[in-house]
Formats: sequence, structure tokens, C-alpha cells
Amino acid sequence: MIATPHSDHGSENNRLYGNLIFELSKEGRKGYSLPRNNFGGYEIPAEMQRATDAELPECDELTVVRHYTNLSNNNFGVDTGFYPLGSCTMKYNPKINEEMAAQPQFQNLHPKQPADTVKGALALVSLLEISLCELTGLAHFTFKPYAGAHGELTGLMTIDNYHRSRGDMARRKVIVPDSAHGTNPASAAVCGLEIIEVKSDARGLVDLADLERLVELEGPNIAAMMMTNPNTLGLFETRIPEIAKLIHDCGGLMYYDGANLNPMLGACRPGDMGFDVMHINLHKTFSTPHGGGGPGAGPVGVREGLQAFFPEVSPYFGNFGVMMRAYAYILSLGREQIKNVGPLATLNANYIKESLKDVYELPIDTVCCHEFVFDGLKDKSTGVTTMDVAKRLLDYGYHAPTIYFPLLFHESLMIEPTENESKETLDGFIAVMRKIAEEAKTNPDEVKSAPHTTPIGRVDDVLAAKHPVVTYRQMKDEI
Amino acid sequence: MMNYKYFPHTDENLKTMLATVGINSIDALYAQIPDSIRFKGDYRLPSEMSEMEVRETFEKLGSQNEQLTCFAGYGVYDHYTPSVIPQLLQRSEFLTSYTPYQAEISQGTLHYIFEYQSMMAELTGMDISNASMYDGTTAAAEAMMMAVAAGKKQNKVLVSETLNGDTRKVLDTYALHQGIELVTIPAKDGVTDLSALTSQLSTLEGIAGVMVQQPNVYGIVEDFTGFAEACHEHKALFIMDSVAADLAILKTPGEWGADIAVGDGQSLGIPMQFGGPYVGYMCCTEKLIRKMPGRIVGMTKDNRDQRAFVLTLQAREQHIRRQKATSNICSNQSLMALFVTIYCSLMGKQGLKEAAQMSYAGAHYLCDKLLATGMFHLAYDKPFFNEFYVKYDGDVDTLYQRFIGAGFLGGVKLDDGILFAVTEKRTKEEIDNLVKIAAL
Amino acid sequence: MAKVIEGLYYSESHEYIRVEGDYGFIGITDYAQNALGNVVYVDMPDVDDEVSAGEEFGAVESVKAASDLMSPVTGVVIEVNEALDDQPELVNQDAYENWIIKVSLSDKSELDSLMDAKAYAAFCEK
Repeated sequence: MIATPHSDHGSENNRLYGNLIFELSKEGRKGYSLPRNNFGGYEIPAEMQRATDAELPECDELTVVRHYTNLSNNNFGVDTGFYPLGSCTMKYNPKINEEMAAQPQFQNLHPKQPADTVKGALALVSLLEISLCELTGLAHFTFKPYAGAHGELTGLMTIDNYHRSRGDMARRKVIVPDSAHGTNPASAAVCGLEIIEVKSDARGLVDLADLERLVELEGPNIAAMMMTNPNTLGLFETRIPEIAKLIHDCGGLMYYDGANLNPMLGACRPGDMGFDVMHINLHKTFSTPHGGGGPGAGPVGVREGLQAFFPEVSPYFGNFGVMMRAYAYILSLGREQIKNVGPLATLNANYIKESLKDVYELPIDTVCCHEFVFDGLKDKSTGVTTMDVAKRLLDYGYHAPTIYFPLLFHESLMIEPTENESKETLDGFIAVMRKIAEEAKTNPDEVKSAPHTTPIGRVDDVLAAKHPVVTYRQMKDEI
Repeated sequence: MMNYKYFPHTDENLKTMLATVGINSIDALYAQIPDSIRFKGDYRLPSEMSEMEVRETFEKLGSQNEQLTCFAGYGVYDHYTPSVIPQLLQRSEFLTSYTPYQAEISQGTLHYIFEYQSMMAELTGMDISNASMYDGTTAAAEAMMMAVAAGKKQNKVLVSETLNGDTRKVLDTYALHQGIELVTIPAKDGVTDLSALTSQLSTLEGIAGVMVQQPNVYGIVEDFTGFAEACHEHKALFIMDSVAADLAILKTPGEWGADIAVGDGQSLGIPMQFGGPYVGYMCCTEKLIRKMPGRIVGMTKDNRDQRAFVLTLQAREQHIRRQKATSNICSNQSLMALFVTIYCSLMGKQGLKEAAQMSYAGAHYLCDKLLATGMFHLAYDKPFFNEFYVKYDGDVDTLYQRFIGAGFLGGVKLDDGILFAVTEKRTKEEIDNLVKIAAL
Repeated sequence: MAKVIEGLYYSESHEYIRVEGDYGFIGITDYAQNALGNVVYVDMPDVDDEVSAGEEFGAVESVKAASDLMSPVTGVVIEVNEALDDQPELVNQDAYENWIIKVSLSDKSELDSLMDAKAYAAFCEK
């Protein structure tokens, strides 16, 4: 394995600063200051102690600061550039939210402080709950889930608890569209439930005839139907009232995966669509930062009557810090602006779609919501794949869209621009996408071997999976 | 109409874009929504607020929270946060980035996660760590599920009575829906009863795992001699749930022979924030790497022969395995993993030890002083770390209120006693004042 | 065109079994290894484990997918192909040469419900 970066093609940043913090450590250096221990004696008994110290770094403060600052230069955030990741809603993370979440009067609260000493925190929870109820048309929310997937699990557990309370123990199955996100079947499995898939029709929507067939077959075994609306193709399920009725009539509940809630702000509420339970991704719809992969928050809402069935999936109020950010966002937009979020996100998505559908394959040519899916290039003759297009986009300073999801199409490329992007940004992206389509014809090798200008090139993920090296100690043992 | 700081669209933009899409109005975008469910009008929400008004609102709410000097623990500790960390975490390339699926532009995130994994493996004395989990309680639940999945047909997990009640509640929740049977290992004199455990291991069928906590709910540092051996003799996995910061000093899960180590990293300087976000950790032996849930970052090379990092073993994860996944976890707590990584880099080998030593000393000093008042006695005569459990010769509720009135969060009430925790943040003066109030 | 070998039996989940007397060598077909991509790990059972027809006995992992292995027959594991521990890519190199487990067959009549080479080739075409 290569111990230090060493290449003519590597970026300067990587060559100078591509070390691990352990490689910058020097015995005897220190990067902290603590007060003196003036409690006297109190030696920790030897039998309690570990045999050798944890091999953690010893660095001065500047080394640490410089190291992580340089690492951040090898990253790409929404603040850096356009991030059209379908299904992720990479909207702008307002800085006022960060300022509010950092307030010491909230940061320093122990979660076990008695209720009458944390009235402000509890009021915030309540006010956020009221706001989310208003926006979704549901009656109660629990904030315990720490993330979207955690919210899905919580919602399914709520549904399961509801059925169990009625003595209805046969309901172990959840209907999910074949276009669903991977967390849906995984969450069902963790909840001890089984997934049955309903087909999508030629228009990319839930095939009602197939749904009727499933309900006929499985009726009393159905705990719920779990879906998102608009669906993972960005298409609104126009027959949602009929779908909800079918499921309710057979005794099941309707679960809404809130991943695609953004275009619905100002347009339609899940409660009104007929959903009984839902989760919201605060880090998608409500602008809280993705943080490189968390922390997020996945509060779960229910219609009246189901709140008694919320499971205890965490001890307190979930990721309270994230909730503070979401509440600041809702206050900032207010009733006047929050209803414009959906329409503008939807307009942006349709604008890109219409501007590129002559060079990229659009399997379902209809008005979309906040996102849409291309099935790769229209002209696939030179063998340039969606993966290649995604990697080439990195060279032009854009984060790639979501690739190879949903599984319905082989070369899926899902684009979601969000409402914060200007027409100039969208035009720039459109121009580059057209350029890449052109390159695919005239210079395909350049596209297939992209990216060329990023800190690193394509990685050998086969090696990483075959022979996992996941710690510094393992890395040293290898050499 | 839509003139707002987060929406760049001018009237001219709107006109041009609508024309490109081939519709007359923005409303037409929602033509497919049935009229009966179409939302019309305004949401009943407060009116749009300027930043100044948002600040004022939060200021008002914040002033309704009492700022108490913290002597409470029970899994959440008031440890020192270095000034460097909030500054670095606010770097937008860390804060506003997504999951590092595109390795070429995410080496920052992947690199720090690799460092995080390395550090957690060091602290716990285990071979492998994942990229973090939501918190300690859900990490424990994931360990429970991992043991059952690895055990093929076994669906029982033994859980010590000395586990924190919050953790146990979360375990119960997950166990119910998974059809896992949790059996409590009784405690004796405040610690897990090994003879009861060995008896359970011999008589019960289908035990996939055994879970204990260190320090336990009473703050006691348990002696787990014989536990790992007993578990392994019956083919059960030994799981330890530990407070991360304490592992700088304490004998590690690895040294105790654990197969899986979980817990919360909040004690590594993360502010208490009324319950979250924190960060759960999960470490295991090399043998179990493919059974471990969550993201994992691995080292590899790129096509220019440079060292690079990438999300690996993704075939186990939800987006590929779907219903056969080891867990449904999608995100980790990435930014909080970065938090503890920087913490461990700054504090380092010596700083973590020093903070732990101060916490230990402060707690023992407080305990001695409380005992000296003659009104408190330790519930169990057992060694503790920075948290201890005492009974009080008087009304606990009244005492507790007196503490609050004087500006202290005087521990956590547990059954009919109080759990006090002390960290390096508590000064001698604060402790002396607390004792003064207690002695009244 | 995926390779299909005469004389072997095939399942719809793309496993094959090569029968030798009362024993069978089970692996995944060329079609399967091609669909998976670079195999990075093979999760194998232990010797003496029992396998049942139609039930899972292990898994094959690549970077982009993980596939459960379904046993086409009922029996007991006599041998596992330990070479795959260090070199899982052998499955990609030659899926038929590099079997995964060797089992003793409990019920040879189970082979009747499997496909022959011709039927499997047709199945793959669909």
C-alpha cells in the first residue's frame, strides 16, 4: 500500500497535506490546556486501568487546525457549488440557523433537567410540532428518530404497535412500489415485517390493477403501504386518493416517506392525500445541513388517534440541535414564503428536464415535480455510461446527480435542483451536460477516464472491499 | 411576489423558464394534483421573520431555560469543548456536504472518517470500527441485532440489570419488533452477577449475545473477569457498552475479550444540547467486520497511484441489500464523528487521560465530602469512576429542589437515591458549594 | 453469451451442481458471476453444516451487490473451497472450475426438479 501521496498528477494540496493526523503526531507535543488538578491524591487503581495507552495523536493546535482545514479543501458542499442530487434535496443551509443552534442557553442543557427549568426548549419542541402538523395535515409528531431511515423504522413500529393493540397479529406485510428507496425494505425488515412489491405502470406510477390484485390476495395480512409522493421518479401519484382507499378498506395504514416532501410545500399535504403516518427528513425539506452524512433528523407524524403508539427509539428529543435549525428556517420563511418552496423547486426541475431531453434519454416525458430521471445518454453508441457522465461533471465543478437509482432504469441519472438555484446556475449546468454529451461522441475516452482535475481520480473499490483496511493500525501492519 | 433572499427568481426569469417548460403559470405545474386535495391559501404559520426577529424569538425562548451547573450524568456528561472544534465544524465544505458517495470530491470526509475509525478502535481496544451510528442507545440496539443475525438461529440476548434504563428501553423497543427475547442478568451488590450469568448460559437455549455496561448505571467499574470466557463457551457474543472518554484510562472492551464494543461518543467534548446530536460508536473483532451495520471507510489507491479513501463493504448496506441488509441505517452522524476526531487529535493520548483523571478525582472528592456530612452513604461499596450512587437521609425531592434553587443540577434521581457525576469542568469551588447546599 | 456447461444441473437462482456419485459440487454460474461483477468475498458455511433445497447457505459479495446462495439440493457440507477465502476473484475467472461447497446428497431425486444445460440457457435468454 502507498504510505504517502506520490504522483505527478495529484493535486498540490494532496501532495503537501494528504497525511493522516497520526502521521503528523510527535511524542511530547500537546494541543490542549486543562486546569490544574487540585483535588489532591485520588490515584486511579492500577487494576482498573488499561495495559497500554490508546495510540491517539500528539499534535500542537496549529497542526491540527491546518490538517482539518486542508481536508475540507478536498470536499464539496452546497456552499461550494451546484449539487443536483436527486432524492437528497441539497438546498441552501441558512447561516442564521447555525447561529440559533449555537446559543449557549440551549447548548448547555442536560436532557434530564426538570421540565420547569427548560421551558424554552420544550416550547421550541411544541412550536415546531405545531408547524409541522400544519404543513403536513397530521395531528402529532415525535422527534425521537435521529435520521430519515430511523424515522421510517419508527413509523413502521407505530403502525405495528397499532395493529398489535387491536389484537390483529396477522398484519406482517408492507406494500412498497418497485421504485422504492433501499431504506424502505430494510426498515421493514428491521421492524420484523415483510415487503411485497407493487409494479409501476408505463407512466412510472403505481399500477392500480396490480395493487388491487395484491390487496385481493393479501388483504388481512397488510399492515401498511409505504410510498413517497411524488414518487422516486419525481412524478405525482394522481390516484393517491384511490390508493389510500384501497389500503384503508382492507384494514391497512398508509405510510408516507417524506424524502420527497419538498415540492409539496405549497401544493399538497400528506394528511390530505390520505396518509396516516409519515416521517420528515429535516435535513432535506427543512434546510438543516447534511454534515457529510449526518446528523439529520426524521420526526414522525401521525393522524389523530395513533400518537399512543409511538415507540421509544431514543431517550430524549432526538437530535434537538437539528430541530432548532429547522424551526429557525420555518420562522424565516413564514407563511408567505414557505408555500413558494414547492413551486420554485418544481419549476427548476422542469426547466432542466426540458432543456436536456434532446440529448439525454427521458423515459417518461411528462411534467415532473422537484426531480426527474434520465436513463443515460440518448446516444449510447460509444459506450459512455451514467457513471462516466457523473465523473466528468466533477471536472466541471459540479457535484454529480444521483446515479443508478431508482433501479427501474439501467442508467438512471436523477436530478433535483432545489428552489435556491438561480437560472444562471441551471443554465451553466445545462451547458455542461450538453458539452459532456458532445464529448461522449467526439472524445469518449476522456469521459470514460474522468475525473481528471479532482484531488484524486477513480478509486479501486474492488481492492477496498476485497481487502478492507479500515484503521491506521491495520494500515501500519500491512506495510 | 416571490421576492425573497433564498429565492433568486426574478419576474423575468420566471417568464423565460415558464416558456421553456411550455406552461402559462407556475400553478400549471401541479395540474396533476386532484383538486379535492390541492392545498390552497396560506398555512397557519407565523408571518415571515427577518433575521433580527428570528434572533429575538430564540433569545426569548433561551431565556426561559435555566443555566444550571451540571452534576448530572446517566449517559450524558458535561465535558469541556475545545474552541477549535466549532470553528472547524462550521467550514462549509464539511457542514454542507453530502454522504461521500463520490470519492473523488469527498476525500475530506472520507479521510476524517478513516481517522475516526482508527481512534475508536484504539480507545476500545478492538480491531475494527464503523463510521459511527446515531447514538449510544441505538448502537446498543444494533449490537443486539448484529449478535442475533450472526448467531443464525439464536434469538435471545442476555442484558445486565446494571444497564442504563434509557438504553434498556431502546433495546426493548427494537427487540419487540424483531422477535428477540431479552433476558435480564440479575445484579448483586450493584454489579452483574457472574454466577447468575453462567447459570443462565447453561440452562437457556439460543443465546446469541450478552450485554454489559461499563461503568454501569451506578457509575461502578465492574470486574468482568470470566465473562468473555463464559460467553464464548456457549457460543454467545460478548458485548460491552462503555462511556468513550473513560476508555482513555479504563481497561478496554478489547482487553475484557468483548466481540462488540458500543457506546456514545458524547463524552468526547460534545455539548449536551438537550439530548442531541451525539454520536454512537460500534467496534468489533476483525472476524465480524462483514456483519457490522453502518458505513465503513476503507483505504485504497486511485488510478493515479495515490492513497485514497472510499466507502467500502457497501454490499451489506440498505441501498444494495435492501430487505436483507444487516440494518436499515443510511446516514451516520458524520459531522459529530468529525467532532470527536478533532477532539481526540487536540486532546490526544495525554489530554484524554488527564481529563479522565480530573473527572475521577473530582468525583471522589465530592463523594468523600458528601459522606462526611453524615447524611449520605454509598448504595454499593464498589469502585466507581466519575459517577457514583448515594442514598440520602432525608427527602430526595426536597434536596433536589434546593440544588436547583441554588443553580445546580444536583445529579440524577434514580429510584430512591441520587447519581452524581463530575467532570474536568467542575471546580473545587463548585463542588464545595454543592456540598454546602446538600448539608443544609 | 454466458457459458453453460453440459451435464450440470442448474437452478433458477443461478446456482449449478456438478454431481459425482453421491456428492455434488455447488457454485454460481457464469451468468451470475458476470452480473455480480468483481467478487470480493464469499460467505461460506462450515463443514458438517446441513443445507436444504431452496434455502440459503451463504452469500457472494461484489462491490455493487450481495447475493444469497440458495442450495439446489438437501445434504451435508463435506468440503468448502478454502481457496476462495484469499482469492474470491477465482469465481469470476472460472465459475464452474471454482465451486463453492461440496455436499453429500440426501435425496438424488431432487435433481429432477432442476434444469439441464439447454433449459438453463433458454432461461437466461429471457
